[in-house]
Amino acid sequence: MSSITVVPAGRPNVLSNTLTIARRNLLHIKATPEQLVEMSIQPLMFLVLFVYVFGGAIAGSSKEYLQFALPGILVQAVSFLPFTTALALNTDFQRGVIDRFRSLPIARSAVISGRIAADGVRILWSILIITGFSMILGFRFTGGTAGAFGAVVLVLAWGLVMCWPMAFIGITARSPESVNTWGFMIILPLTFASSAFANPDTMPGWLQAIVKANPVTSVIDASRGLMLGGPVAEPLTKAVVWMIALTALFAPLAIMRYRRRI
Amino acid sequence: MTSSAIEAEGLVRTFGKVRALDGIDLVAREGTVFGLLGPNGAGKTTAIRVLSTLLRPDAGRAVVGGYDVVREPAKVRGLIGLTGQYAAVDELLSGQDNLYMIGRLLGWRKADARARAAELLEAFDLSHAATKYVKQYSGGMRRRLDLAASLVGRPRLLYLDEPTTGLDPRSRIDLWGMIRTLVAEGTTVLLTTQYLEEADRLADEIVVIDHGKVIAAGTPQQLKMRIGGQVLQAQPADPADLVATEAILASFGDGENRPHNDGQLISIRINDRAALGQAVRQLDDAGIVVDDLSLRRPSLDEVFLAVTGHVAEEDELGDAAPADERRTA
Repeated sequence: MSSITVVPAGRPNVLSNTLTIARRNLLHIKATPEQLVEMSIQPLMFLVLFVYVFGGAIAGSSKEYLQFALPGILVQAVSFLPFTTALALNTDFQRGVIDRFRSLPIARSAVISGRIAADGVRILWSILIITGFSMILGFRFTGGTAGAFGAVVLVLAWGLVMCWPMAFIGITARSPESVNTWGFMIILPLTFASSAFANPDTMPGWLQAIVKANPVTSVIDASRGLMLGGPVAEPLTKAVVWMIALTALFAPLAIMRYRRRI
Repeated sequence: MTSSAIEAEGLVRTFGKVRALDGIDLVAREGTVFGLLGPNGAGKTTAIRVLSTLLRPDAGRAVVGGYDVVREPAKVRGLIGLTGQYAAVDELLSGQDNLYMIGRLLGWRKADARARAAELLEAFDLSHAATKYVKQYSGGMRRRLDLAASLVGRPRLLYLDEPTTGLDPRSRIDLWGMIRTLVAEGTTVLLTTQYLEEADRLADEIVVIDHGKVIAAGTPQQLKMRIGGQVLQAQPADPADLVATEAILASFGDGENRPHNDGQLISIRINDRAALGQAVRQLDDAGIVVDDLSLRRPSLDEVFLAVTGHVAEEDELGDAAPADERRTA
């Protein structure tokens, strides 16, 4: 080993640090192919099962149901992806990897921003796989190119927003097992008690109230409007307000937890 | 070189009601190995975390390489390398990618980061496993990679928090050799350990802490001298003679030192060197045949027992930070 002392010059580069951490997180996919299954095959399985098992009963035909359900299935898939964020952050803390990062002269925020950048890539990948596959099955964007593009951006943004509460859970939970428990307790009802799979008008009154108040419903309704051409303004406004509110609440909470956890 | 690499004064850190650090003072000279010795929960890990800027002290101050850990933590991080008790390497990356990532995080160009990774893999005998995932590494390999990871930025100061806990004897001796090489090249090492032998072999100076307080300090030699005199030990060939042997040896303890019986060997601290000859005669007169009869300097274990009042514990649970039991071995 050479004994030249290299003291890193100047301030750490946040962007470069973020990209390095993002690359590291994406390399994990290579080591754990299950992650790839989770990002691609699992949502497709959901799509196929829902559309062909329930489609006829709910919408008269699976083809019609696919048009209706795709936005919901997409938003549900994307809502589950940040689970990986929570589990990975939890493991990083337990294994001491976070300690290593924090003991290095790097931008401390890069651990979180790199995480989110990598999640953005994973979410976008899922969106493209799911929409591409459903187009093969016969789904058609009837709301125009701008609408389709807008929907992808909206769903991606929603996935990134969901990273914050999940990061909060991942940092706060004491073990990966409790991350699983809490994550499912929150995400499952949140995505099912929405307008994802059935028209809320068919649900009992108390559930309708919940569904209407659910941010996931706003995101799905707005995506549906953008993808298929329908009312957009109201659900989109609600969705954006929700996303800003959730980020404003959970981003500082997650960062505070990240700083405090030792 | 006589300047100090680490200076800490009155460090206090509490977790709830537990005072993990209760006014620790220590000075580590540049280019030496400084050993922080103590049983589990003594506060060793907490001290390392404060000195590596991972934890803010509640009171007191610490200066590392001339920079205050609270006021200029970024400067401190630029000087140190940290190797924790549990190998903090990324299991889902290859060994090579682990080291390359750190080089890149330090702001190095890709080629430099790659070259440094290769250099370290070679130095730590990991080249053959460079592209394997770390989850496939053995415990000893992980520890070596962890040490390599803390050396990427060529730190002037290296913190080793129980670097050999859980390692087999062979890997432990290998790691000791690597630490000695680093020190010979000018690195200052702060080492925590609960293995007295490790501190004895590596450290130039030792501070013994217990319950967050310094209870003894000095060179290993000074610490051994401190409890004074020598140790006389005898191992009767027939275990039935243990009691009789203990009674004979007890007479050399000047009334204050009591013999220690571990079931095979009787040992006692003595001040009179003539005791060995007398012990030979008395044991012979009593018809006791011994397998071993010797006079030696006290071990650090005995020093430890003398200053803490209890033996060094060797279970492998994490040290300190009782408010946060996050680590699972």
